[in-house]
Amino acid sequence: MITVNGSSLPLPSDPRTTLLDFLRHDAHLTGTKKGCDHGQCGACTIMVNGIRINSCLTLAVMHDGDSVTTIEGLGTPIDPSPLQQAFLDHDGYQCGYCTPGQICSATAMFDEIALEWPSDATDDLMEAPQLTDEEIKERMSGNLCRCGAYVNIVAAIREVSKGGQ
Amino acid sequence: MTAHLKFDEPDTRNRLDDMTQGVIGQPLNRPEGLMKVTGTAPYAAEYPIDGCLEGVLVTAPFAKGQITQIDAASVCDMPGIVDIINDPRMTSRAAQGTADEAPQQEIRKVDYFGQPIALIVAESFEQARDASKQLHIEYDADDLSDTHFDPATVDTETYEEPTIQGDLEHAMASAAHSVDLIYTTEGHASAAMEPHAAIAQWDGETLTVHASLQMLNYNISELADSLDLEENQVRLISRYVGGGFGSKLGVSQEVVAASIAAMKLNKPVRVVMSRQQVFQCIMRRSETRQRIRLAADKEVRLCGFGHEARVSNLPGEEFAEPVTQASEFLYAGENRILQIELARIHRMTAGSVRAPGEAVGMQALEAAMDELAEKAGIDPVELRLRNIPETHPTDNLPYSSRKLAECLRQGADSFGWKKGSRTPRQQREGEWWIGTGMASAARIHNVSEAKARVSLLDDGTALVETDMTDIGTGTYAVLNQTAGEMLGLSQDKVLVELGDTRFPRGPGSGGSWGASSTASAVFLACEAIQKEIAHRLNCETGDLSFKDGTVTVGDKSHDLHKIIGNEPIIAEGHFEPGKTEDDFAAASFGSFFAEVAVNRWTGETRVRRMTGAFGFGRVLNAKTARSQCLGGMTWCIGSALTESLLFDPNDGHLVNCDLAEYHVPVHRDVPDLDVILVEERDPAASPVQAKGVGELGICGGAGAIANAIYNACGARLYSFPMTPDRVLAAMADT
Repeated sequence: MITVNGSSLPLPSDPRTTLLDFLRHDAHLTGTKKGCDHGQCGACTIMVNGIRINSCLTLAVMHDGDSVTTIEGLGTPIDPSPLQQAFLDHDGYQCGYCTPGQICSATAMFDEIALEWPSDATDDLMEAPQLTDEEIKERMSGNLCRCGAYVNIVAAIREVSKGGQ
Repeated sequence: MTAHLKFDEPDTRNRLDDMTQGVIGQPLNRPEGLMKVTGTAPYAAEYPIDGCLEGVLVTAPFAKGQITQIDAASVCDMPGIVDIINDPRMTSRAAQGTADEAPQQEIRKVDYFGQPIALIVAESFEQARDASKQLHIEYDADDLSDTHFDPATVDTETYEEPTIQGDLEHAMASAAHSVDLIYTTEGHASAAMEPHAAIAQWDGETLTVHASLQMLNYNISELADSLDLEENQVRLISRYVGGGFGSKLGVSQEVVAASIAAMKLNKPVRVVMSRQQVFQCIMRRSETRQRIRLAADKEVRLCGFGHEARVSNLPGEEFAEPVTQASEFLYAGENRILQIELARIHRMTAGSVRAPGEAVGMQALEAAMDELAEKAGIDPVELRLRNIPETHPTDNLPYSSRKLAECLRQGADSFGWKKGSRTPRQQREGEWWIGTGMASAARIHNVSEAKARVSLLDDGTALVETDMTDIGTGTYAVLNQTAGEMLGLSQDKVLVELGDTRFPRGPGSGGSWGASSTASAVFLACEAIQKEIAHRLNCETGDLSFKDGTVTVGDKSHDLHKIIGNEPIIAEGHFEPGKTEDDFAAASFGSFFAEVAVNRWTGETRVRRMTGAFGFGRVLNAKTARSQCLGGMTWCIGSALTESLLFDPNDGHLVNCDLAEYHVPVHRDVPDLDVILVEERDPAASPVQAKGVGELGICGGAGAIANAIYNACGARLYSFPMTPDRVLAAMADT
């Protein structure tokens, strides 16, 4: 069994099914997007036990007992999360296809900063990293946006990060 | 009611400016935005349909030849396999934009590596994918020595009528200042984030397809023609499209394959292309080789202008990248040669990728202009300002509204452009050379026939319906605001329904024509509704004032829903281009300013900041319009520095057919971008005084980056993208 957004679901019988295809086909949670199926674009980013991963790069059967959060688990059109609202307000998307992945990725990134995980953009590894624009961009670079909404995505993340502090 | 307008005269009334709702142009959030940010907006492959079978395309592992046998028996006993489809109606290529008829259908005749040749249909995706790798096929591949992959190795044909005027050779020979330069650009992929996808359903009479397409009005004809169906037997639905950039202009292979399978099996069938398939069998932007000749007099006014380009495509394709499109109208120069040569080679179909023509033509031209400015010793901004022609240099037509000079000046001011000496290598920070560069932006203006229905409902809300698509461009927002402004309704009182061929038809999204054409149709429908309301209130339309669901005449106010009564007021707007297209040279204009850092040891270039100023007529929504500009400028960074389709010279296959190897800009490649929307109304462009903005932002910016690289480190590059190896090779050692 696997827990998805708080609901317990049986795992698929076909061991070839990726976690991404399980979510989209079996669980009917199509908010998680397939952009490349090879871990190159980040559109399928979800959180497994609170850590962001590319759901196309892992098989569903490997997640027995795990707890998954998808974009649908973060908020709804009636009750969006602060980050979802910020993406809306800053126009941090255009076609919308990479958007759930960007939002899941950024949501998990806040926790990584809180845990003081460094990145390539972190100057001083002995100090707690701050969520500067450069840190945001480095940590979000696994999430491609072909429409080119990056400037607005960073603005949305920056706003929520400041609100959080 | 139908309101038809053939656009024979500019609309100088600026009616939208007379309205009182105050919603047009406002930077409102997109009405469909909450659906997108919560993952609840359904894209083509995401409709829950019971019993839907899964199809996976099989593609050719060679570039040219004939499929002689598809051995269905090799996979038909695998678990879950339902059928192996290789129907002759399947399409081997995607249709070109606005083709309006079936694309190439001979799937057994292979013309490029990765061409679809069959469809495996199974109960599950995993089963179909597995079988697609196991299917045994036999083929006769042509001898590679007879198959051309390199445009430099084949004879070319001249595409359409070149512009040849005066004597360019003489102008060059007698010029006070001149440049004669050759640039190359590599092929580009649209790489929209949503792979091409379709779910087809056949009920015995009607084929319904959820697909990811940009131009339904053309796509329905292309699909019907492919299947020998009548258009009224086909319905296409594309409510959400995960990016297009030209790649979804024409009906693509998976749409036709899914339809054939669904009709044969009498069951719904979903086919989604893999990312590799999208790269291998959807449109590429052609690579180009461009010769640019600029001749100027002592005052550095252009007297000669040459832009000749070689591009490529598959045999049988009519499209040739229109590299010289903006060169036709942007700058002066009475002695002109503008010519495109087309080479026939066996790479996948070349077609429209965001701003076909200008995207690669402008970056080369603007790099050449920088070199001319340097040679003549004048400021590059001044060079552009000095060469804005009075009338179209060939047709002698007047320009419609043109804000090029304003964009150049406002962009320069905002960026902090320093006039004067442009000597390279003047600033260094550690191991980084710092420099700046600029370019003009230009993109031709297009409009097309469009229809839209507006219904004013008895609850005082409005419904807008058209088959127009929103591919991220903001269509839902701008049509909402157009209707809202005209009918005095706030954003939440207008519902826009798009992407269904059951609605009145329009041109779809492409060539930056969707918003201005379709908003004009909505505008016309709303004018008809205003007229009807005036009739009911016994007054003239001009006496009415619409705001927040209230209609005011003189000092008397009426609730809109009371005027409507029990029957909705419905009008269909029908916009048709007319004489104004021929009477004016119309285009969107702008400017780019960039600052880059170039690493002196590695040749790596980082764009540190970039400003774009753009004039594209009326801004319908300042937030989504700005986003379009940001997106275009982001593409400039990719085009300048990283994007390049790379083909194996031996067997012609695309080597970098995924998002790890084809490098689109990522978050960290993109600095804060500054966008200036220059106030403009263009009455000759459309009845809503708007032009296109979806492509303008990519037209020239890579040239500004090239010029900044030169200014930073002294390396003049003539090959895009300007990758570190190329920059390093062009940089002096010290």
